[in-house]
Amino acid sequence: MKQNLVLIGNGMAGMRTIEELLKLDDEKYSITVFGEEPYGNYNRIMLSPVLANEKTIDEIMLNDEQWYADHGITFYKGLKVVDVHRNRKQVVAEDGTTVPYDKLLIATGSTSFMLPLPGADKYGVIGFRDIHDVDMMIETAENYKKAVVIGGGLLGLEAANGLMKQGMEVTVVHLMDSLMERQLDKPAAKMLQASLEEKGMKFLMGYATEEILGGERVTGLKFKNGEQIDADFVVMAVGIVPNIDLAKQIGLHCERGIVVSDTLQTFDPNIYAVGECVQHRGIAYGLVAPLFEQAKVAANHLAELGIARYEGTVTSTMLKVTGIDLFSAGDFHGDEDTDELLFHDVANGVYKKIVLRDDIIVGTVLYGDTIDGTWYFQMMKDGTNISDFRNTVLFGQAHLGDAGHGDETRVAAMADNAEICGCNGVCKGEIVTAITEQKLFTLDDVRAHTKASASCGSCTGLVESLLAHTLGGDYSQAPSKKPLCGCTDLTHDEVRAGIRKLGLKNHDDVRQSLDWKTADGCAVCRQATNYYLLCENPDYNDPQSRFINERAHGNIQKDGSYSVVPRMFGGMCTPQDLRAIADVAEKFKVPEMKVTGGQRIDMFGVKKEDLPAMWKDLSAAGFVSGHAYGKAMRTCKTCVGDTWCRMGTQDSTGLGIKLEELTWGSWMPHKYKLAVSGCPRNCAEATIKDFGVVCVDSGYEIHVGGNGGIKVRVTDFLVKVETEEQVLEYCGAFSQFYREDAHYLERTAPWIERVGLEKIKAAVVDDEENRKALYERFLVSQKPAQIDPWKERAEGVDAHMFTPIKIKA
Amino acid sequence: MQLRQQCWQFTRFTEILLRDETMSDWLEITTLDEIPVLGSRVVETDTVTIAIFRGKDNTLFAIKDECPHKKGPLSQGIMHGDSVTCPLHNWKISLVTGEALGPDEGCTHVYETKVEDGKVFLRNQAL
Ligand code: SRM
Ligand SMILES: Cc1cc2nc3c(=O)[nH]c(=O)nc-3n(C[C@H](O)[C@H](O)[C@H](O)COP(=O)(O)OP(=O)(O)OC[C@H]3O[C@@H](n4cnc5c(N)ncnc54)[C@H](O)[C@@H]3O)c2cc1C
Ligand code: SF4
Ligand code: FES
Repeated sequence: MKQNLVLIGNGMAGMRTIEELLKLDDEKYSITVFGEEPYGNYNRIMLSPVLANEKTIDEIMLNDEQWYADHGITFYKGLKVVDVHRNRKQVVAEDGTTVPYDKLLIATGSTSFMLPLPGADKYGVIGFRDIHDVDMMIETAENYKKAVVIGGGLLGLEAANGLMKQGMEVTVVHLMDSLMERQLDKPAAKMLQASLEEKGMKFLMGYATEEILGGERVTGLKFKNGEQIDADFVVMAVGIVPNIDLAKQIGLHCERGIVVSDTLQTFDPNIYAVGECVQHRGIAYGLVAPLFEQAKVAANHLAELGIARYEGTVTSTMLKVTGIDLFSAGDFHGDEDTDELLFHDVANGVYKKIVLRDDIIVGTVLYGDTIDGTWYFQMMKDGTNISDFRNTVLFGQAHLGDAGHGDETRVAAMADNAEICGCNGVCKGEIVTAITEQKLFTLDDVRAHTKASASCGSCTGLVESLLAHTLGGDYSQAPSKKPLCGCTDLTHDEVRAGIRKLGLKNHDDVRQSLDWKTADGCAVCRQATNYYLLCENPDYNDPQSRFINERAHGNIQKDGSYSVVPRMFGGMCTPQDLRAIADVAEKFKVPEMKVTGGQRIDMFGVKKEDLPAMWKDLSAAGFVSGHAYGKAMRTCKTCVGDTWCRMGTQDSTGLGIKLEELTWGSWMPHKYKLAVSGCPRNCAEATIKDFGVVCVDSGYEIHVGGNGGIKVRVTDFLVKVETEEQVLEYCGAFSQFYREDAHYLERTAPWIERVGLEKIKAAVVDDEENRKALYERFLVSQKPAQIDPWKERAEGVDAHMFTPIKIKA
Repeated sequence: MQLRQQCWQFTRFTEILLRDETMSDWLEITTLDEIPVLGSRVVETDTVTIAIFRGKDNTLFAIKDECPHKKGPLSQGIMHGDSVTCPLHNWKISLVTGEALGPDEGCTHVYETKVEDGKVFLRNQAL
């Protein structure tokens, strides 16, 4: 028997909950939906572009009536619910329709707050909330000229802009002396006002309305200071009130909104509530991003999975007025304990402010150049410590040591034919066209359709900026939590926590216990989960969930052949070593050899079937795999050091060999490189490695989080130590902490930028006991990892992989 | 449209049958347990290289071992459901139709398979 689920209010939050629920379980409930408005559900936030003639009503419909029918949902449109009998579990509508429920979902949204002024009930005075209001505005604009908008907030300005586009003369009346005071500080508000005035909008700042004048229809406004103004039409946009009349009437506990728990339950456990009508941990939200997160959690509980919790959302704001770029988030006023970073270019109309508390972003306001808004916002949510790039952060992400791109990467200013993605040759124009024409909303969409950012990923920031720039307010709909891939709603951290907490042992376990949407997962999540599983159980390995390089222990080349890179510890070699490699290369007719950037020798173009035999010869000569193919420890680059060099201070080659002996074979979230330089001249380039050591007279400086490659990043200095033993301990501990904390495919550089160096110091430097424990765990997991994969395969492991089945004529 | 048709066509993959028409169309290739679950084996004939995949429920798929994008060896990819992700540039290819999935376009040949008594057969269908 199916249970009955009834939804009151088919707005953005309520229907999103239903959609999420259907994705999780479309069998459990027979669903009934009541909506007071006479249509299916639509994208309310797009009413502003509709009013501004930039979109049509049809374009903003989310689910039409047919959709409800197709999903077997009983839909009562244009019918208001007036009562709920909680004891009998029945919902009663205006016309007497009575529907029983097992679970009830209330999502009645909010209503425009109408100032209780004398004359506020006159014809021609409306709020700005629904299609009906917009129709009314468009109709009025055909016959009348003068509009007044009361309220200079987000909604008021969008209404004013729209009415202006409809040909009306618009005056905005605002009580405060500065626009959008909840989202903007004074300088930004001033710039905004100036650009709107340039477009023809008029402002009465610091004016309080006393009375609305007219007969049956409004004719004007009178202010407290005695002044008057003519008006044919008044839009009140002074705020919203959660629509909780029904909830109160039926005795649910309400304060400002309907009070709900972290599972979106009201005080009646059979009644859930989501959207603008609820109050969660004291907050009633008025933007869609938090409501969508609530919808996910509510759906999760309605489907009786019961694993999700809603813990509140940090929101950001953009204004949907074409031609005006504005971004604001968090606490942008600050207090005595905060610092302010400020950039103000009056002539070019650019203003940027970042508020910092202890070098962590707590708020930001951007005007005129909002490209980096999403980046700042992400760091704010992540609590990233920005001390390392504090003096350049205002110049944006593009400025962060983006070697070779530099200032060109200013998305807004870029020409349409400017190349964004170097790997796939995708230009700005192509991306923008794809976003608008194919209605793309997410980075993944853009990757799939244009290939931009789908390869090395170095242009991801640019593509995200382009998305934000092209979509404006819409992009904020992107959930603040980023799922690991399309197969799950969980983030990297959540998947990892799930594996740890539930003690999951294999892929099937993970996908079942954590409710994967696909039976086998996909190439993205399988590799990530495999890593997380391996991290918890060092013996674990599911070859079919690993990239071919790690399965075949070689690097696949463009023609399907493989490369072979034997490990040369610390780059040291003997004539015998070189002779053995030369013999192997000749015996297997290796087409090409090369000295790599990692101080060893690469043999290219080897046929897969030849690999085991070739490895056998190499093992016999004492070589092990160089893991040049793996998300693994790659190389430890060294310089000659004090053995020969006149500048050398320590035995850098010797230490390099010890470090490589310690770490070889270890699986990592991404590639992991080491280096040891014998003096600060740093010939081994230790300061662009994941773990680098620079020897000095008095000991060893340890540096972490460097990156050559795509985006050069210089290491952060971690600590200085005195003995080689300490270097080894720090190396093991740091590596282990990285392995346990970073997301799969996150190299040390972006990881450190995300979590902040402080966190790493706290775990590895300040807490000795923890360092020793991390080191110990590293050593334990190295035991199975240091069985040479080549030797094993030369002896027959996975033989089926290397031998084709031949069918001959 | 033309592409699609070509895609669906099962193709002859070896010359032997041309000489001996009496032989069965079905060729024994290997045994089921020689193919790893969610993995593949490579079959080389005198004219073409084929990848045979084995799904979780032991469904078999045979597909020309050549990605429609830049000829990547699909046998080396990661299999999931009834598709495989190419190891070179991550195109997703349907193992049922040989077509590229998602926004990508292109296709490769597919071949018929069957399992009897744990033995795996490929069908050498005439053009
Ligand atoms: C062979 C080698 C180039 C050479 O001829 O010297 C090489 C070859 C490849 N590199 Fe590299 N890298 C090689 C040294 C480097 C270095 C220099 C170094 O290690 O000192 C760098 C910059 C330093 C760094 O990593 O920070 C480097 C940064 C990259 C990157 C960018 C990584 C990044 O985080 O920014 C990639 C792409 C990736 O990993 O996603 C990459 C990816 C690749 C791949 C694996 C491309 C691929 O995915 O198939 C290339 C494999 C070629 C093949 O068919 O075998 N390679 N690569 C070098 C092997 C070193 C070794 O002995 O293992
Ligand atoms: C013009 C405009 C622009 C906006 N721009 C943005 C923006 O850029 N970004 C952003 O994040 N947010 C924006 N918002 C806010 C966003 O639209 C709301 O946060 C969101 O729609 C709230 O969703 P909800 O489901 O809680 O309420 P609603 O979408 O209002 O849905 C509630 C529904 O319940 C119905 N209902 C109420 N009572 C009953 C009853 N008793 N019986 C039956 N049905 C009932 C109502 O008719 C309504 O259709 C904007 C809002 C407006 C009006
Ligand atoms: S070896 Fe490295 S730099 Fe050279 S083409 Fe390959 S990935 Fe690019
Ligand atoms: S060759 Fe298969 S994706 Fe490029």
